[in-house]
Amino acid sequence: MRPILLAGHERALTQIKYNPDGDLIFSVSKDQIICVWFSHNGERLGTYRGHQGAIWTIDVDPTSTILASGSADNTIRLWDIKTGKCLKTWDFPTAVKRVEFNEDGTKLLGVTEKRMGHLGTIVVLDVKIDVEAEQTDEKALTIVCDESKATVAGWSYLSKYIIAGHEDGSISQYDGKTGDLIYNFPIHELNQPITDLQWSQDRTYFITASKDKTAKLVSAKDLEVLKTYTADTPLNSATITPNKDFVILGGGQAAMDVTTTAARQGKFEARFYHKIFEDEIGRVRGHFGPLNTVAADPTGKGYASGGEDGYVRVHHFDKGYYDFMYEVERERQNKLAAAGNA
Amino acid sequence: MAPSFDHLREEDLDEEDFDMDEVDISDLREKYEVQLEQGYDTFVVIDGLPAVTEEQKPKLIKFLLKKLNTVGRTSEDAIYMPMGDDGMSLRFAFVEYSSPAEAAAAVRQLDFVPLDKKHTLRVNKLTDVDRYGREGRIDDEYTPPKIEPFQEKEHLRSFMADPSGRGRDQFVMFRGETVGVFWNNEKDQPENIVDRQQWTETFVQWSPLGTYLTSVHAQGVLLWGGASWSRLRRFAHPFVNLVAFSPNEKYLVTWSNRPISIPDSGHPALSLDDDGKNYVIWDIETSKPLRSFAQQDTPATDDSVAKKAPKFPWPAFKWSADDKYVARLNQGTSISVYELPKMNLLDKTAIKIDGVMDFEWAPATPRRDGVKTYEQLFCFWTPEIGSNPARVGLMSIPSKQIVRSLNLFSVSDVKLHWQSDAAYICVKVDRHSKSKKSLATTLEIFRVREKGVPVEVVDTIKDTVINFAWEPKGDRFVIITTTEPVGATAVPPKTAVSFFCPEKAKGNAVGNFKHLRTLDKKNNNAIYWSPKGRFVVVATIANAQSSDLDFFDVDFEGDKPEGEKDLTANLQLMNTSEHYGITDVEWDPSGRYVATWASVWKHGMENGYHLYDFKGELLREEAIEKFKQWAWRPRPPTLLTKEEQKQIRKNLREYSRVFEQEDAERISSADVAVVEARRHLLQQWYAWRESMEEELAEERAALGLPEKPVAELLKEKAAAAAPAGEEQVVEETMEEVLEETEEIVN
Repeated sequence: MRPILLAGHERALTQIKYNPDGDLIFSVSKDQIICVWFSHNGERLGTYRGHQGAIWTIDVDPTSTILASGSADNTIRLWDIKTGKCLKTWDFPTAVKRVEFNEDGTKLLGVTEKRMGHLGTIVVLDVKIDVEAEQTDEKALTIVCDESKATVAGWSYLSKYIIAGHEDGSISQYDGKTGDLIYNFPIHELNQPITDLQWSQDRTYFITASKDKTAKLVSAKDLEVLKTYTADTPLNSATITPNKDFVILGGGQAAMDVTTTAARQGKFEARFYHKIFEDEIGRVRGHFGPLNTVAADPTGKGYASGGEDGYVRVHHFDKGYYDFMYEVERERQNKLAAAGNA
Repeated sequence: MAPSFDHLREEDLDEEDFDMDEVDISDLREKYEVQLEQGYDTFVVIDGLPAVTEEQKPKLIKFLLKKLNTVGRTSEDAIYMPMGDDGMSLRFAFVEYSSPAEAAAAVRQLDFVPLDKKHTLRVNKLTDVDRYGREGRIDDEYTPPKIEPFQEKEHLRSFMADPSGRGRDQFVMFRGETVGVFWNNEKDQPENIVDRQQWTETFVQWSPLGTYLTSVHAQGVLLWGGASWSRLRRFAHPFVNLVAFSPNEKYLVTWSNRPISIPDSGHPALSLDDDGKNYVIWDIETSKPLRSFAQQDTPATDDSVAKKAPKFPWPAFKWSADDKYVARLNQGTSISVYELPKMNLLDKTAIKIDGVMDFEWAPATPRRDGVKTYEQLFCFWTPEIGSNPARVGLMSIPSKQIVRSLNLFSVSDVKLHWQSDAAYICVKVDRHSKSKKSLATTLEIFRVREKGVPVEVVDTIKDTVINFAWEPKGDRFVIITTTEPVGATAVPPKTAVSFFCPEKAKGNAVGNFKHLRTLDKKNNNAIYWSPKGRFVVVATIANAQSSDLDFFDVDFEGDKPEGEKDLTANLQLMNTSEHYGITDVEWDPSGRYVATWASVWKHGMENGYHLYDFKGELLREEAIEKFKQWAWRPRPPTLLTKEEQKQIRKNLREYSRVFEQEDAERISSADVAVVEARRHLLQQWYAWRESMEEELAEERAALGLPEKPVAELLKEKAAAAAPAGEEQVVEETMEEVLEETEEIVN
């Protein structure tokens, strides 16, 4: 699994997203630039310039037409993927830490930072997936997080719920239409912030990563914790691999907590866990700073990780990855194959 | 509110009608009354003297003085021997010492000392005679002491019986604030036996035979053991820092850097005599203190040798192999040897050895050729003083004879390494060149069991030896050398590991020690032999750059290199491993496993342990936050005779067949359990997925949404981009050269 090193950013990576076809990778970093890359060879397609602050988050609509980004310059911007043109800018009183399209790309949520007397909020914007169309200025919904600010959020299946992860280690489920809080559960250690929330393909369950060194697989419907993956380092990101039952966790001792620089001590590795058995299966080294973000190719062919070191590493899985299977899994597969033949 | 000065009225100042006598201050007086020293603390009463006449009296006093002056200072005038009416003495005497401490010493050391064949001295403090001897103080009637009914105690060696019948070893782990004892389960999670929060305040320690687990607290030391892990003994040494056991677990030495201070209200275990002392020697069986000692300051001399050793020595009290003697070094002057259990100085004087720097007892009772009487040996060394050479000597106790000594020149430092059976002692001599710039080491090996204790010199080593270790119960050793002296350099210098073994010799004799092999350009700095010998781990510990572990076998059963045919070892590197941040290594007492760990006491990175088997195969690793300590529980020596052990070794194959079968069964049953659990998990997961997918599909249908929203959207987009079915087909041909081979066809 020889990685492709994407050295286009000058500062720490903040988020990486594949488009649904898995052929493009969008990456954002604190250097205020959005980059788009071909996933199969790592060639850079172009950049999207305009933000005037560190970019915290990015998302691409399901049809790979438009791009949404949120930044420390207190804006969410929409871009035309093809031309790189900025289509729309929404202003907010504070920085935007997370954006996400819902499953049909009609709605966009944004998580705003709690700062300067403003409480953290989750805003919902109506979006038209059309580069020509006029986008509305109105916010469809605003959820105020008065208990503990939301750090991450996302849309569940059918856009039924908005799920948010909080700074205090809890997760909340809001009604996707009204914004009413339905549940709030502490799932991670108290006051260990949730750093990432990524969805399974059908958005019925998601994985959270937290500074408490664990990642959890949670059902979107009732917020039941299905699985727990325990690492030995604070986690910044976690993703679920399609096709194979794995999860990938990324993290590492933050630079401010480490005095020595040897990569070995910082644990700057991507860790693979079996999604169902919770066993650690392997690690991928390479970054020389903590991993800030990991993303799995939606087609299941690879994954990409972005580090504090400013590099994106794109990995294409090789044969061993596809062949790897627990005995019980093989057994089940054979049984299913036999049933299919019969 | 009291009136302020400005508002003081005249009458307030009036002291006239204040009668001092009326104030009752008796309570204050009682409280602050200065207890004047009674003055009797320096007096002792000596009983058991012979009856003498007035003429004989001076003679007796003179004789008595000789004895009395061994413990303190007194004089003829200070002895009063009352005479009876019949002109004969009353067979007792009062003696005044110059200080209460001397009087106390006299009571402790002279009581029960025989004066001659017929008379035995009884020495008591005068204050004690006063306290207990007065009428009515002691009940005249004898009341038999109440004897508690016998209570069965737990078997302290029950830990030897592994309930699973696998002969597993126990170990203690101290992590965070919790101490737990576990059975070693090789690859599997160790089986917990007991786990307690805040069991100790600083560290835990096993007694040398594994009977007791020691916990250390500000109030003292506690010993735990038995099947229920109950508290067995208590040694109340306040602010104790360190603990050391005698080799046979009979006695315990505790040390605190704070001198003991006995409060006025008294102390449950210690007495006023122990005030100001740092060391206490305890009898473990009775939990009573035997004797206490104050700390000695190392005499600070201008000598360069003394300058290097301000580190306070531990253990300060060293035990002979049979717990009969304990000795302490008085650096530069003498060695004090105390006899147990009375803790009196052997022959009442310290053994004077000018300049003595260090000594070590033989770790086993020595069996010297031709010596039939009981003896213990210790080895000591003295540096060069003036024009006198440095000297290494072997002294036999109790005779105090020097059985062998060796003179050495240009010595900068000496280390003494006994082999575990006391068959050899290796004296590692660091010699400096004339310019004192470079250091070279020679090894002087005393063959203690051979006639006349011959000394063999290994002087082929060019470099400085930084570590040395004998094979336990064997006659081979490993050294680590370095070309540069170890200093405060950022990067520790490269080291070399050398193996030595005796040549083959006829009969039972052990041949000369020969160099076997040297491995260059290593970083290793520590040697750990298996307690059973044969296997050795050479490690790099507490080093930020490297953390290697090399596992060697010195009796490899494969082919032997031609050049080493005459040597009694066959060296083979079995495995190498790495444990990042390793700080400690310990073999289990059976020599089957090696535990290595990174302790938070040394650094905070990757704390936790690794467990290897003797071959160096990693069995288990666990990262544990705030991991502090690991200690294997020692085992007492085997009860099997040599013949029985031989028998077992002979039939090993049969035994191992049984054990292997058991192992296989256990492993397969465990595997079955794991597979079953996984199967269950898998089933559960897919069941959940199925129900979830079904629910999702239903909801989607109810809302009238397409089954695959993204596919639907993409279809729309495609339709918009290429209207009216104008489908574009792009064909791409990729050619990839996978392999190129050239074959020459004749």
